Amino acid sequence: MRKQFVKTIEEILPEDERLVLLLGDIGVFGFSNSLIRFPDRVYNIGILEQSTIGLAAGLAMQGLIPVVHTIAPFATERCFEQIKDDFGYQKLGGNIVSVGASYDYAALGCTHHCPADVGILMNIPDIQIVVPGSSLEFESLFKQSYANGKMTYFRLSERENQINIPVKFGRANIIKKGKSGTVIAVGPLLDKVISATKDLDVTVIYLATIRPFDTETIRKNMAGGKVLICEPYYSGSITGDIAMASKHPLKIDLLGVPKEFLSKYGTVEEHDAYIGFTEREIFNRVKKLIYE
Amino acid sequence: MKHLKEKIIKMSAKNNEGHIPSALSILDLLWVLYDRVLNIAPEKANNRDRDIFILSKGHASLGLYAVLAEKGFIKPESLDDFGKFNSDLGGHPDRTKISGVEASTGSLGHGLPIAVGAALASKIKKQKNKIYVIVGDGECNEGTIWESALLASHHKLDNLCCIVDYNHSGDRALKLGNLEEKFKAFGFSAASIDGHDQKEIYRTLMKKSLNKPMAIIARTTKGQGCKIMENNPVWHHKSPNREELDMVLKELN
Repeated sequence: MRKQFVKTIEEILPEDERLVLLLGDIGVFGFSNSLIRFPDRVYNIGILEQSTIGLAAGLAMQGLIPVVHTIAPFATERCFEQIKDDFGYQKLGGNIVSVGASYDYAALGCTHHCPADVGILMNIPDIQIVVPGSSLEFESLFKQSYANGKMTYFRLSERENQINIPVKFGRANIIKKGKSGTVIAVGPLLDKVISATKDLDVTVIYLATIRPFDTETIRKNMAGGKVLICEPYYSGSITGDIAMASKHPLKIDLLGVPKEFLSKYGTVEEHDAYIGFTEREIFNRVKKLIYE
Repeated sequence: MKHLKEKIIKMSAKNNEGHIPSALSILDLLWVLYDRVLNIAPEKANNRDRDIFILSKGHASLGLYAVLAEKGFIKPESLDDFGKFNSDLGGHPDRTKISGVEASTGSLGHGLPIAVGAALASKIKKQKNKIYVIVGDGECNEGTIWESALLASHHKLDNLCCIVDYNHSGDRALKLGNLEEKFKAFGFSAASIDGHDQKEIYRTLMKKSLNKPMAIIARTTKGQGCKIMENNPVWHHKSPNREELDMVLKELN
């Protein structure tokens, strides 16, 4: 997805003179051409995330469209108030594209993990949150929304699905229909959900946009009164949205990152296995939810 | 200035809200900016080439409202509703409600980074407008002030003027010492002035600062012109009762 991010921005820069890219001293090699070609609109701004978000709001005030790029915890947890006040409250549009996701920098430890990003940003009214499941989905969702006058957070991850879904910004996709229950898959967990449920009679709904939340599609398609929510960040972040979208009482199970410090190092795969982001665990959870 | 001070104090007394001493501290600075310096007027409040003023220390909003009303940006009668449920005028200014307010501030350390962004945007768009911002000395405790000072000088934002309302309100917590030298060390051209001497304010604001952002350290008195409030922390966020109001208005007149 990082490569796609570079490609997408390189494509938009010459077409849209309003676009300004602010790199938090990461991705500098990837954007080396753009840094030379557009010195007044592509900056390696430095390692000062809070002021970068404020500065981006100042650019937006004057009609430009900022894109801030850095690692997820620094872009979101460190800058929560800047995103809330300078963009949300001021009704200014801009974009934050983060990397690192929940634990892509697995061996760097908890300072570089950010399973909280989606959950905390959801507290900002009117914010838009995008969790693409693939490079192509990022490209499509970015182009659909980057200039729509609101603050949009894009959560890029190393992990991506083999399958590409024709996503529409703000809309859920129905992957398959079944009767016994529903599995909600968010972003890069879709591949595993599809494989795990291939022989199960469940509806699979895919979300790559978390805000705005597509209540309507979920309401219409929820099956069986039972739902497993698979989300790649802190477990439970969208439970309220799903529960409120359902017309009937729901039996709910959650598979997401547990609220604990993931203080082991190692690889992304090892963390996935620890948490249960595996085909087998998803299969077991669905079976248990439906038949027990 | 007397009638502006009177407006500020009455506004606050009426609805028991607002930071009077902070507003009085910046009143001369605001007046010179709006009366003689800023290229801005109510009918062109949305013009692209207008100068931009940001009140980073948003709690001094009473001062800003008094001046905006005087200059025709907001209706004078709207001042009576300051702080009320449906009023556009809150304890901190809101850009989405008030024409002439450029940034919604309140949490300290946000206005200067926004101003730096606005100044960079003017450079990118090759606009000639200037960006002015008032920060407080207490606000200079915030790391974002110094982060964005680095950004402003690195990007040679000579269209940015940062005025520090140095009323020493922060001294009891964290003394800042020589702010002029500090801003110079961060790559600004800087000057220290009497923040209540309007001629000196004007003269300094008219100075050009080639290739460097400018910092004006304005020595001010918190609660200026109102003896019971001057440099008295008790009054920081307090409105006068009827007795105190009579006393203060008498002193002004």
